[in-house]
Amino acid sequence: MLSPAKKALAAGNLAGFPDGMGVLVDLTRCVGCRSCEAACNREQGLPAPDQPFDDYSVFEQSFHGGTQKRRPTEKAYTVVNRYESEASDKPIYRKIQCNHCNEPACLTSCFVGAYTKTPEGAVTYNSKVCVGCRNCMVACPFHVPAYSYSDPIDPVIKKCIFCYDSRVKHGMPPACVEICPSQALIFGKRDELLKIARQRMTKDPAKYVDHIYGEHEVGGTSWLYLSGVPFEEVGFDTSLQQEPIISNVKDFLGTVPMVLAIWPALFTGFHLLATKGKGDHHDHGQAEEEGEDS
Amino acid sequence: MKKLAEHGIRPLDSAEKKNGKKWNLMEKLFLGLSLEQYVSQVIRNKFNWVLGAILAIGIPFIIYRFIFGLGSVTHSSYDYPWGLFLGFGLFCMVPLSASGFMLGTTVEIFGRHDFEPIERLALLNGLLGYLFAVVYLLVDLGQPWRLAYPMVYSFGPAAVLFLVGWHVATYLSVQVAEVSTAFFEWIGWPAGKAFIRKGTIGLTVAGIILSTLHQGALGALFVYAPGKVHPLWYSAPFQWIHFFVSSIPGGLCMVIAVSTIVIKTMSWRCDERFKENLGDLTLKLAKGASMGLITYLVIKLIAVAHDNEWVYLASGWGLWWLIEMIGGVVAPLVIFAYGIRHKLVGLVRIGAFMTIAGVVLNRLNTALITFNWKLYQEIPHISEIIISITIFAIYIATYRFILNRLPILYAWKAQPAEAPVKAEVPVAAGRESEQEMPAGA
Repeated sequence: MLSPAKKALAAGNLAGFPDGMGVLVDLTRCVGCRSCEAACNREQGLPAPDQPFDDYSVFEQSFHGGTQKRRPTEKAYTVVNRYESEASDKPIYRKIQCNHCNEPACLTSCFVGAYTKTPEGAVTYNSKVCVGCRNCMVACPFHVPAYSYSDPIDPVIKKCIFCYDSRVKHGMPPACVEICPSQALIFGKRDELLKIARQRMTKDPAKYVDHIYGEHEVGGTSWLYLSGVPFEEVGFDTSLQQEPIISNVKDFLGTVPMVLAIWPALFTGFHLLATKGKGDHHDHGQAEEEGEDS
Repeated sequence: MKKLAEHGIRPLDSAEKKNGKKWNLMEKLFLGLSLEQYVSQVIRNKFNWVLGAILAIGIPFIIYRFIFGLGSVTHSSYDYPWGLFLGFGLFCMVPLSASGFMLGTTVEIFGRHDFEPIERLALLNGLLGYLFAVVYLLVDLGQPWRLAYPMVYSFGPAAVLFLVGWHVATYLSVQVAEVSTAFFEWIGWPAGKAFIRKGTIGLTVAGIILSTLHQGALGALFVYAPGKVHPLWYSAPFQWIHFFVSSIPGGLCMVIAVSTIVIKTMSWRCDERFKENLGDLTLKLAKGASMGLITYLVIKLIAVAHDNEWVYLASGWGLWWLIEMIGGVVAPLVIFAYGIRHKLVGLVRIGAFMTIAGVVLNRLNTALITFNWKLYQEIPHISEIIISITIFAIYIATYRFILNRLPILYAWKAQPAEAPVKAEVPVAAGRESEQEMPAGA
């Protein structure tokens, strides 16, 4: 009866779906051709860009007093930015899109459950139920989700969905990976990609900094990055925690059922203690005046 | 109204006229004045003109927002999803509306009936604060017509916002029930009042549970954004307790502030009981607020120690944090200590306004000012400010409309106070409408 269990429940850590897919981005290979931006635009049926995709002057753009470079928007789910670094004599290009977290903060913050993490690794989004609270945008540690603020009738969240519906679901690589001319992006099982990344680093340790961005950040992401220069120099936030964002909120969520269960008895008890022998409560002034009258 | 009082006209405060007939609804709405008297006193009041001007300018902006979308009136962006509507409207209005559950608990649970003269004001303050927080939310939501989705259609039960949504909705209903006793007295439906009174303890305890959780949950919402909110305003384990505890002095001081404004600007509506007790009650409320403030100060320091963030205090952000804490917490504490000791009601009132400013500053700091401290600062769009002020003006107008009529600041009487007529009223008829009153029975 009390024999050792054949199968015990695992500890409550989610390291992503075992067969989840991912993309390995090798910044040392990216040439900044922006063809991934063009492919994404076509695949997702996004509106025509303000400047054509072969216009490289966009790399000069900066915003908010020169502090910010381009970022994904409602009209562009991925963008490539150019960085200069002392560690490299050439400019470095970095592609930005949704990183498809193993335990996405957007998903855990959504109060209508609009987000889904599919077994293939994609973080998809049901715009039919979006209320427009924009909590997911607050929660995303990578500042990824965009919102169609200009639409008064049907404003929704807009972000990269890993080409889930049209490609990844059927085992095909997303449009940006397929078009990449320099093999800077490779598509595969996340576990395999981690192995490939380590092989590259072992084979040529001078070429890479010793870190795979996305392996552990906020619980791990489906998209992984290799870089030849320190990650913070090419726009990555290297101060992120290793635990998923939801871990921070679990303390509070755990107190909720406790408050619901304990408070009724606690405060009814206070009431009984505080009013013992004092008779019943009075009413808003009226009662006393009535008492004086009669 | 002051002018009318000079002519011996008193506002309606009872179910029956001097001749024993009941007031009808229209007469009640006009405060027992004739239409002419009512309109002329509305026009005489300068504050009505100010409100009218704000609404005339602001309401077109609100209409504009719904026709052309959020992007046309706010600086909300991909990096700053939340602006003033939530930063002020939701995150500041809700803690300042903690008064309802605080005073409900004091009177109904702890049996402190000496707070009764001000209980209804605190309950109404709570109800209206929440109601207008929801109005701000409706203006801010991309698709406000889907507001009920998390309740009925699509559920995300593990999200903090799910809890906020459910609790604010439930608590609004609880507060409507709590304030409805005043409405039932006014409208003349004693059975309704009696029914609600039976459930007072249940409603009040429900109010405590819901308030504990959603006041805290508003703080927990920011726990999702560890790298975005400045560490001095961020604490993963304690954020919800910070928000909950600071809402206690916030709510209590809001009652002091509103009662101060009321006694200065509409004392005609306050009965003797309210006027006589107010000074004493203000000091008592300040005592409660002091306990909340000192607790808040300690747990804020514990949070800084817990994450070892002392080094940030030497930065510009640290100075800003110190200004918030000293101006909004330490200074009011000193003022309260001195004011309560020497029974200086006026001084205590100044402390209350400072506490409110401190709570508002804390919420704005968390939601807007220190948000994205690593990126860049964003200043709200002018239309965003205009719309926020307009909604606040509607809030004040609603507040006054209700205070003028319902028995919040005065006790409802069956007959007018003047004694001579009273004798002519048959006793039985007078009693009929007050069956529910325990002391009278």
